[in-house]
Amino acid sequence: MNEMVVRWPERNPRLFLTVAALVWLALYKALAPVSEAVVAALPVDRNSHLGGALQFFFYDTPKVLMLLTGIVFLMGMINSHFTPERTRAILAGRSEGMANVMAASLGVFTPFCSCSAVPLFIGFVQAGVPLGVTLSFLISAPMVNEVALTLLLGLFGWKVALLYLGLGLFIAIVAGWVIGRLKMEAYLEDWVRDMPKIQATAGDTSMPLYERIRTGFSSVREIVGRVWPYILAGIAIGAGIHGYVPEDFMASFMGKEAWWSVPLAVLIGIPMYTNAAGIIPIVQALLAKGAALGTVLAFMMSVIALSLPEMVILRKVLKVRLIATFIGVVAVGILIVGYIFNFAL
Amino acid sequence: MKDIKVLGTGCAKCKSTVAIIEQVASAKGVPVKLEKIEDMQQIVSYGVMSTPSVVIDGKVVHSGGIPSRDKVEQWLSA
Repeated sequence: MNEMVVRWPERNPRLFLTVAALVWLALYKALAPVSEAVVAALPVDRNSHLGGALQFFFYDTPKVLMLLTGIVFLMGMINSHFTPERTRAILAGRSEGMANVMAASLGVFTPFCSCSAVPLFIGFVQAGVPLGVTLSFLISAPMVNEVALTLLLGLFGWKVALLYLGLGLFIAIVAGWVIGRLKMEAYLEDWVRDMPKIQATAGDTSMPLYERIRTGFSSVREIVGRVWPYILAGIAIGAGIHGYVPEDFMASFMGKEAWWSVPLAVLIGIPMYTNAAGIIPIVQALLAKGAALGTVLAFMMSVIALSLPEMVILRKVLKVRLIATFIGVVAVGILIVGYIFNFAL
Repeated sequence: MKDIKVLGTGCAKCKSTVAIIEQVASAKGVPVKLEKIEDMQQIVSYGVMSTPSVVIDGKVVHSGGIPSRDKVEQWLSA
């Protein structure tokens, strides 16, 4: 029996995917009534503070985890098309401008781990990808990823998720382009500049569908396995706030009127280092207490895109002046986005 | 004896990669010389763009992520 289950995706991958999608949808549709029933079965008044908090927790936890599993699985399959080698081959030899747009967009799909930032950076530069285009990629890859987008989608709705996607790409494109215009190639570390140039080749990314399914499963194991405790904590905090804390608690010092709150949020975010999942509990808490959306998103972007440990890693390939410019340009981009949000919404 | 190098700057994935190779090698009783390369200049000299990567007898056989058990068993039986 077990043997059959294991072999199934291999023998008939399309059927497997269809059935998996249907099962997923059915479960997802069942979440709201089931969570209501669970809370109703508990000896708690549904309309009390505790009832509201419990309902939120029992509905949102499975909802977000299911969304995350589904999207990470799909992204795992898509990611298998976009190896760093292939991305590099697409970008090599292109002129700036359009290439910044492509680099930022590819950053969303190419699997990336900040511990690989340096080899990736060098690989790009060696193949003749312009510095600004490389940086567009390095800004977008960690900041705009499936985990951040799914969590925003699950907890705050598709509008916030889309805005985050659009503005994250915008910052990556513009910041990379600006740094490219500044002609800072001289501020690469010498050993990086002196590396021999190489021809970019895409390598073979073809694999049968069942292999991609397997890649999808392994990214679910890896990513969901790593981030679920953060998500649980985030939703628990959110549930507590939902039931208990008075609204507008944060509004006075993180609301729209406090103009200084955006730069402050960016500044506080730089030394903080966590991934998209770790930041969500805080975002959840701030938003629910009446902080302005622009301020909160600026904080989130700053924490994820500008982290001190990553700068320390990049210091091995970039001179201080280029790192400072990088931080400055990206921080200004995030500031602008924060203000636009606060004024436009 | 196979000369195996794991390239990586010391993130959790790199440690798991070393661990799985050690496990499989001792389970199969294959003698290996396992080495961990953490120096950035040495890592990039192999031309890899994502870590952890695995190099066997001077040839890059795997890049970007923890290799599956099946894959490690293949390397060690060849």
